[in-house]
Amino acid sequence: MDLHLNAAKASAEERVAMDAALKQLESSPGDASLTVTSDGQADGNVPTNGLPTRSKRHLLLPVLHAIQERVGWISPGALNYASLQLGVPPAEAHGVASFYEKFSLAPKPPVVARACDDIACMTRGAGALCAELERKLGPAGKPCSLGKAIWQRSSCLGLCERAPAALITAAGEKPRERVIAPAYAESIASAVLDAATGKLPDEIDTLNAKVSVPQDGRSQLRLLRRVGQVDPASLEDYRRLGGYEALRRAFEWGPERVIREAIESKLLGRGGAAFPAGKKWEAVHQQRESNRPHYVICNADESEPGTFKDRILMEGDPFAVLEGMTIAAFAVGAKRGYIYIRGEYPYATQRLEQAIHAARAQNFLGEDIGGRGFTFDIEIRRGAGAYICGEETALFNSIEGYRGEPRNKPPFPTQSGLFREPTVVNNVETLVNVPEIILNGGAAYARIGTANSSGYRLFCVSGHVVRPGVYELPFGPTIRDLIEMAGGVGGTGRLQAVLLGGAAGSFVSPKELDTPLTFEGTRAIGATLGSGVVMLFDDSVDLEQILLRIAAFFRSETCGQCVPCRVGTIRQEELLQRLIARKPLGSKEQESALLKEMAQAMRDASICGLGQTASGAILSAMDRWSLFL
Amino acid sequence: MSEQLQAPSPLIPIPRAPAPEIPVPAARRDVQITIDGKRVTVLEGATILDAAKTLGIETPTLCFLETLTPVNVCRVCVVQVEGSRPLVPACSRKVEEGMVVWTDSERVRLSRRVVLEFLASSVDVSTALQLQAYMKRYEARPEKFGPRAATVVQPPKIDNELYVRDYSKCILCYKCAEACGVDAQNTFAIGVAGRGFHAHIATEFEIPLTDSACVYCGNCIGVCPTGALMGKIEYDMRAAGTWDESRQTRTETICPYCGVGCELTVHSQAGQIVRVSSPLDHSVTQGNLCIKGRFGWQFTQSHK
Ligand SMILES: Cc1cc2nc3c(=O)[nH]c(=O)nc-3n(C[C@H](O)[C@H](O)[C@H](O)COP(=O)(O)O)c2cc1C
Ligand code: SF4
Ligand code: SF4
Ligand code: FES
Ligand code: FES
Repeated sequence: MDLHLNAAKASAEERVAMDAALKQLESSPGDASLTVTSDGQADGNVPTNGLPTRSKRHLLLPVLHAIQERVGWISPGALNYASLQLGVPPAEAHGVASFYEKFSLAPKPPVVARACDDIACMTRGAGALCAELERKLGPAGKPCSLGKAIWQRSSCLGLCERAPAALITAAGEKPRERVIAPAYAESIASAVLDAATGKLPDEIDTLNAKVSVPQDGRSQLRLLRRVGQVDPASLEDYRRLGGYEALRRAFEWGPERVIREAIESKLLGRGGAAFPAGKKWEAVHQQRESNRPHYVICNADESEPGTFKDRILMEGDPFAVLEGMTIAAFAVGAKRGYIYIRGEYPYATQRLEQAIHAARAQNFLGEDIGGRGFTFDIEIRRGAGAYICGEETALFNSIEGYRGEPRNKPPFPTQSGLFREPTVVNNVETLVNVPEIILNGGAAYARIGTANSSGYRLFCVSGHVVRPGVYELPFGPTIRDLIEMAGGVGGTGRLQAVLLGGAAGSFVSPKELDTPLTFEGTRAIGATLGSGVVMLFDDSVDLEQILLRIAAFFRSETCGQCVPCRVGTIRQEELLQRLIARKPLGSKEQESALLKEMAQAMRDASICGLGQTASGAILSAMDRWSLFL
Repeated sequence: MSEQLQAPSPLIPIPRAPAPEIPVPAARRDVQITIDGKRVTVLEGATILDAAKTLGIETPTLCFLETLTPVNVCRVCVVQVEGSRPLVPACSRKVEEGMVVWTDSERVRLSRRVVLEFLASSVDVSTALQLQAYMKRYEARPEKFGPRAATVVQPPKIDNELYVRDYSKCILCYKCAEACGVDAQNTFAIGVAGRGFHAHIATEFEIPLTDSACVYCGNCIGVCPTGALMGKIEYDMRAAGTWDESRQTRTETICPYCGVGCELTVHSQAGQIVRVSSPLDHSVTQGNLCIKGRFGWQFTQSHK
């Protein structure tokens, strides 16, 4: 295939930004050793554009980031240049760039302030905050600060324990990112002004564990035990607190025993799907004779509204994530791994970068780790504003430089994952459990918690609660216990509803608070733990508006690939708008029946979990409360 | 090692392993499955769609075409497979020994109907005849979403002499992008862009076709199931109300331009050629042509 480029040319600035990014990517120890040996067995909508080995397509996402960060948008000339450098047809590169919220394909001011107006922030004044911003900076989506800045509303930024939240990005020679939470209109406006005048300092935020991890009795904590106690930039500090002990033990055991213990631990994935981690590893390990490269991916996309636990682990204890990944890689025989982290997590990204750097310097990553003949390295890939890229197969496509559209399963990732090779994908929290299992043994781990939910679990408590934050529990306590630990119901003090598991989860009523927070306990009431979200709403909250925001979330985050979800999510939002306006088509009962029918088709016929769960929370609320009367 | 085998960049070293041997394909085994209560034996690697066909069961499909890699995105072909929580796409799901499949259960009918209603409520399906037939079969009522339901309506793109892109009629089946890409033409002039309800087929930055990589093979027109892509002559005749397939004849012939031997189907109406296509099952073309075969006949009706 010859590339046919249109006439647009990149500016010098754009070329410099891309050249620098490419040079850095190509010299990174992780990527330099990459051998793409895809057999080209393309899923239909993933063109491989000839021999995959000739293309540098898997560098497309970071190169697009580099242009966006330098210039503030991606021009036709810049896209042409990227296409040429990477051997990607421009129509395809455009298809990829236009998939992500963070990339702009039209001129945009360099400073962008995103103010979260999602459900946790709604309980903490996001509505008033946005109204105030409108008064101070003008309407959302319109340039302000002499055309140098723009503010816009955003879905959950993963900062819900400090709601309401905002994120500021400033493109330029020295790009800047700044998180503001809790955010006030004044603090946002002044940061926007600083950014527009080049005065935003380049500093990295230190997690305030007292705010984000409010739990008493710290000594019992396992997953969170180092958060706030350890210097996240120091490998020595990590080792002083027991870090890399588990990796040493794993080396002594050998891969087979590591996998056996992982299976015995009954550890279920914490990313939402609750699949046994050990089984997944075993399936990939079994293909070690096949001569195909294996991959381990840490899923740090964390974009489920109300979820922020992975961010706290990464910001507070980044080496633990690397150690968990390294053990997983040793077990399954992977030489390389990726951490796919959501684009809205600047500090967690920097912490991980520092940690990878330090681990390489001390031979905890790289060749012949610890003198054991085991080679493994990790690359970070930043997402660019697409919830769907947390779905594991969409994540593969995103890393490979394709649109983040999920693939049909089967084949499953353990057979055909990243670059169509056997791949383990685990959530951050899942991986942080791994050293615990190795140090205490699988059987001991399995005894913690309940029969069907072993071990420890992180819960993201937010909304109307006295002490929001991430809480760690051995499985077993009920929703009520957790609320008590978090200081009780906030706001008016009178609880109306709890959202379990995030936007893809379900609502439960105050009558159901004695439900144990276990996989089986929540399943028994038709709910799910999902990503560990426990969001409280007091009786002043207009639940109808919360449901509408959830519907809007799915409408804006569907990848658009399959019909039931692409059209179903917008029809669902339209239907809720009609009900809220008290202007139903026919009667309310007819609308209700229509919603149920749409929900069934979305659940049954959608390709991935997004479409399959897009109605779950809304229906669960309509079942429990008489809304839209 | 020859020049060509040198890695193009340090990034992707060519594996040092010896050149792979061409594997001798293992004999394909028989697989027995049950569809709607009837047993059927098909070869390993067959899809549920293939198996259903051998039983004479007609499965609706929109994004599937024999000559293209299945993208399984339209979901109109879904069937119920025992043991699977969601329904599965018949067009791409391979049979497995002992599979029990239902193609006409309540759940299957509901999903197929709702998918058709979703499409017809958001897209102009006036020239999508196959889709209309499915709507009848499943008693789809797209008007149930009300008059204000969002649609993809937009002005047609008429930027060249040969064909029109009217994306108000596009159901986003991905077929044209596949035909333009690896599945046939390898030109990559068009791809899927945007996200969600606004995902659509586009050239880069929506530039006109004439500035894009398009080579006017028209293979995208050949695979489009809705009339969103249409030859200019047909488009103009439809606009003028003179297009009438009942008055058209089809003549099979071989393209006179080069030695490849592509089979052409020449559609004419009132002594004028109005469209040229090629049969999907022709061993040479698989339905694909080049600009000469597909459009290079206009001199036959030049009046200048
Ligand atoms: C729409 C969607 C979004 C998802 N987002 C995430 C995510 O942000 N993080 C995550 O770990 N898993 C996410 N998942 C689940 C992953 O597909 C996958 O199951 C998980 O990463 C596996 O890791 P685990 O077994 O350790 O949980 C998502 C799934 C869907 C359907
Ligand atoms: S269910 Fe939704 S998000 Fe998932 S593949 Fe289909 S359109 Fe994309
Ligand atoms: S233009 Fe036609 S072939 Fe292309 S996606 Fe739309 S309906 Fe399918
Ligand atoms: S940060 Fe606003 S809802 Fe999560
Ligand atoms: S025909 Fe099977 S999903 Fe479209």
